[in-house]
Amino acid sequence: MTDAIRVSGLTKRYGATLAVDDIAFTAPRGTTIGLLGGNGAGKTTTIAMLMGLLIPTTGSIAVLGHDMAHDRFAALARMNFSSPYVALPARLSVAENLRVYGHLYGVPQIGRRIAELAEQLDLGDLLARPAGQLSAGQKTRVALAKSLINRPELLLLDEPTASLDPDTGDMVRSWLERYRTDSGCTILLASHNMAEVERLCSDVLMMKQGRIVDRGSPADLISRYGRDDLEQVFLDIARNRREGAK
Amino acid sequence: MTASLRRIWGLMYRHLALYRRSWPRLLELTYWPTLQMCIWGFTASFIASRIGVGGQLAAGILLGGVLLWEVALRSQMGVAISFLEEIWSRNLGHVFVSPLRPWELVAALIAMSAIRMAIGVLPAILLAWALYAFNLFSLGPVLVLFAVNLMAMGWWIALGVVSLILRHGAGAEALAWSVLFGITPFAAVFYPVSILPAVLQPVALALPAAHVFEGMRAALDSGTIRWDHLAWASGLNLAWMFAAALLFARQFRAARTSGALLSIGE
Repeated sequence: MTDAIRVSGLTKRYGATLAVDDIAFTAPRGTTIGLLGGNGAGKTTTIAMLMGLLIPTTGSIAVLGHDMAHDRFAALARMNFSSPYVALPARLSVAENLRVYGHLYGVPQIGRRIAELAEQLDLGDLLARPAGQLSAGQKTRVALAKSLINRPELLLLDEPTASLDPDTGDMVRSWLERYRTDSGCTILLASHNMAEVERLCSDVLMMKQGRIVDRGSPADLISRYGRDDLEQVFLDIARNRREGAK
Repeated sequence: MTASLRRIWGLMYRHLALYRRSWPRLLELTYWPTLQMCIWGFTASFIASRIGVGGQLAAGILLGGVLLWEVALRSQMGVAISFLEEIWSRNLGHVFVSPLRPWELVAALIAMSAIRMAIGVLPAILLAWALYAFNLFSLGPVLVLFAVNLMAMGWWIALGVVSLILRHGAGAEALAWSVLFGITPFAAVFYPVSILPAVLQPVALALPAAHVFEGMRAALDSGTIRWDHLAWASGLNLAWMFAAALLFARQFRAARTSGALLSIGE
């Protein structure tokens, strides 16, 4: 079976600025890969290229076996994306928003799918409310529901539990784990919540200044850097203390 | 329903749901065409009362011009403003990473534009009939061809505006409202092309609207259908639409290259 994501020689340059510098990685199907890095490390640019929103300067991306340069729509129908930084139309109700995306993704029996997601993500009381009137945490849950509307085989999540209280955050993380196990979905997770990454991700890509500077499982990275948790590893990398504790 | 039609409907549904729950938006659609009709209707009535028989024709040309120009204006705004709605709601990121093809996006915007235009202009047409006894439908079936050509012109101009917004972001937003007003002097809405200075006449004749309005005046004046003008209008629309589609495709790709899609509206 092909990898869910296969990236090679990926570079994105804006004039003199090198946003992503010759990165390569694969994401085997059914895994959760963490994409970590400080602000400006190149995570957003990488995710935008994976979604076809941004054309790479050089390099290639294959998503679910589809070359994103020539066949991106076939891949886009089988993947989805959630970010608290991209809004849904505020004046539409939650149900209307989900219905819009159900149509865009060609979801059969939209009503039933919306009801399923409402039950699983505890959105029942929110369906009739305008998206703009929700709290930040409720919006994050709705955005997650939107990203699951088409039962994606690849899910790109940017800060999926931002603004959620610990209880709801834990519920969402549990739900994502269960969804991945049940569906075989691959998840690419960009997050600044290191505990979340440790819990969810089988592999982590550490980005800095557009490059992947390290990679491995959370346990492997923690061990190699001689640290107690991934947050300390992150700080070592951000502050140029490579495998600093050793 | 094919997959494409379903995606087009999905985006239309997003806009229709917005109108369903917002009467001010519906009112806004009818407000300006109705206001225009009132102002120009009374002006036309005044002219007709002063000039007599010839004045009736002048009044008819004025009212027909106002109503048909609104068709072009509302069609252009319908496309451009529906696109801007996506920017204002910060929803474009989701739309562009869905399987919706760019041409499907344009098709949905055009369909919404047709609906917006009908909601905006039909009350003004009815008002012209009720207040001034001017029946635009008296032009006969050719009215459909006039309207289709003016709608098409509104669409390709809007596609040009959307292309500029993709390229230059929010800075180009004002064009969504103003661009067609700038074209009005050359569109020969209220006067024949021959009135324009010789140097400007080729500019006017390159616009489908000038041919439509020449045709409208001929129909109102002598009841003749100027097929030559209709053919010119249709041909020009096809050529301009093709050029606008190329521009849109080029700017969309440029926006994907420059990263403008990530920051559009900011």
